[in-house]
Amino acid sequence: MAEILKYEHVDISYNGERVIKDVSFTVNEGEILGIAGESGSGKSTLIKAAMGLLGPTGLVTRGDIWYKGRNLPDLSAREIRKLNGPELGMIFQYAGSSFCPIRTVGAQLYESMTEHESVSRPIFQTRAVELLQKIGFENGQRILDSFPFELSGGMQQRVGIAAAMLLNPGILLADEPTSALDVSVQKQVVEEMLLVRKTFGTAIVLVTHNIGVISAMADRVLVMRNGEMVEQGETRQVLEDPKEEYTRTLMSSVPRLRR
Amino acid sequence: MDQAILKVDNLTKVFSRKGKPDFTAVDHISFTMHPGECVGLIGESGSGKTTVVNMITRLLDPTEGSIILGGEDITRFSGRELRKVYARMQMVFQTPTDSFDPRCTLGDGIGESLRNNGWSRKETKDEVTRLLEMCGLSADFASRYPHQVSGGQCQRAAIARALAIKPRLLICDEATSSLDVTIQKEIIALLNKLRWEKGSDLSILFICHDIALVQQFCNRVLVLYKGKIVEQGEPDEVIRNPQDPYTRHLIDSIL
Repeated sequence: MAEILKYEHVDISYNGERVIKDVSFTVNEGEILGIAGESGSGKSTLIKAAMGLLGPTGLVTRGDIWYKGRNLPDLSAREIRKLNGPELGMIFQYAGSSFCPIRTVGAQLYESMTEHESVSRPIFQTRAVELLQKIGFENGQRILDSFPFELSGGMQQRVGIAAAMLLNPGILLADEPTSALDVSVQKQVVEEMLLVRKTFGTAIVLVTHNIGVISAMADRVLVMRNGEMVEQGETRQVLEDPKEEYTRTLMSSVPRLRR
Repeated sequence: MDQAILKVDNLTKVFSRKGKPDFTAVDHISFTMHPGECVGLIGESGSGKTTVVNMITRLLDPTEGSIILGGEDITRFSGRELRKVYARMQMVFQTPTDSFDPRCTLGDGIGESLRNNGWSRKETKDEVTRLLEMCGLSADFASRYPHQVSGGQCQRAAIARALAIKPRLLICDEATSSLDVTIQKEIIALLNKLRWEKGSDLSILFICHDIALVQQFCNRVLVLYKGKIVEQGEPDEVIRNPQDPYTRHLIDSIL
């Protein structure tokens, strides 16, 4: 399998303060990598760096982030804008609030698509409805005609996945995609994302503090603490037989259902 | 011993909105809590968990039904009477930092209920130190402000504040939901320690959406769905052998 995304000895600083220290990992095509850790461990910062979303105070100070042979931190804002969408897709924690509240879902998806390729409205309509049906909406057209606030939290999150998938990116970066959802809806979203990988072969980087979601989805897992890598390996090996003390503490803190 | 610490009877809340049909958030629920018991209330968001708590704590007026705390009907209490009720019932909220006044130190917040009940400055200070130590924080936390401590430390302080007045009923509304799992484990260990120390003097109503956590911590669980209690019983029994289709769905959804 070919590497699609590769972090090499990456340091990231906010206002000159180093928050990510020497992190390296690779994601292969079609692979799901889970990044676990407590709040403040630098999980989100790590994937924001790939998208160039660190904001005015954040900076990759050392190391390279390679995507298909290009070093992402070296690209200009213009080039990164071209990549974000068709190559790198992102799902946010609150997909509902990343949409504009006063325009329909359809209008916003259409806009994001025409930004990167020239497509006519009818073609967009068919593609969007098809995609929405693939990720579990029975009536795709109704979703396109809705405003974001008319949808439930779980539906918004799935529309967020659809928005990211519409441009068929090579890799999907998901920042806590299910953390704001109820368990039953969470399961739906997890299933949709697994389906996306199965149908499109998309690689996924999944950032979450929920070990349950990681064990259900990820092939490999990376455990972070205070901006440093603690452990990395096959999901089952890390979850069941952790090598590091910290991973062991983290795993034993997760309440497990006895049934 | 046998007298119930809390008895909720036919509690109902209907929200009326202009131009829209009435919405029944809580639909005729009844349950009883005994001294020393720890009862978990679970359900998905929108199932009415918080509305139930807000009615029990009298932050919201019930449409119908009654709330009996330690044999006394508090459903229609107000003013001075209601203030007295809070000596027997205290809350711990979901977001610890927001539940403290940002312009007062944690010590002020914890000691406020004692000062209001006529304790002297000196006595309050000593008691606050004792409470902080009981909750695993050192005495110097009393002089810190909410934004100067971590979420887990702040939640410990919130528990210390709730326990200051020695309530018989502690209501935790998603008290660990916004915390990391490692911190959550510490808070649960603290609550367990308090339960063990206080025996039948402290009952806990624990609102949570994590069934696994409720299974670890509670004697009894109530499953709330669309404002109704669909199932109740011992957590192990409910989880291994759910009777209601919704409970089964909820348990099957856990990854």
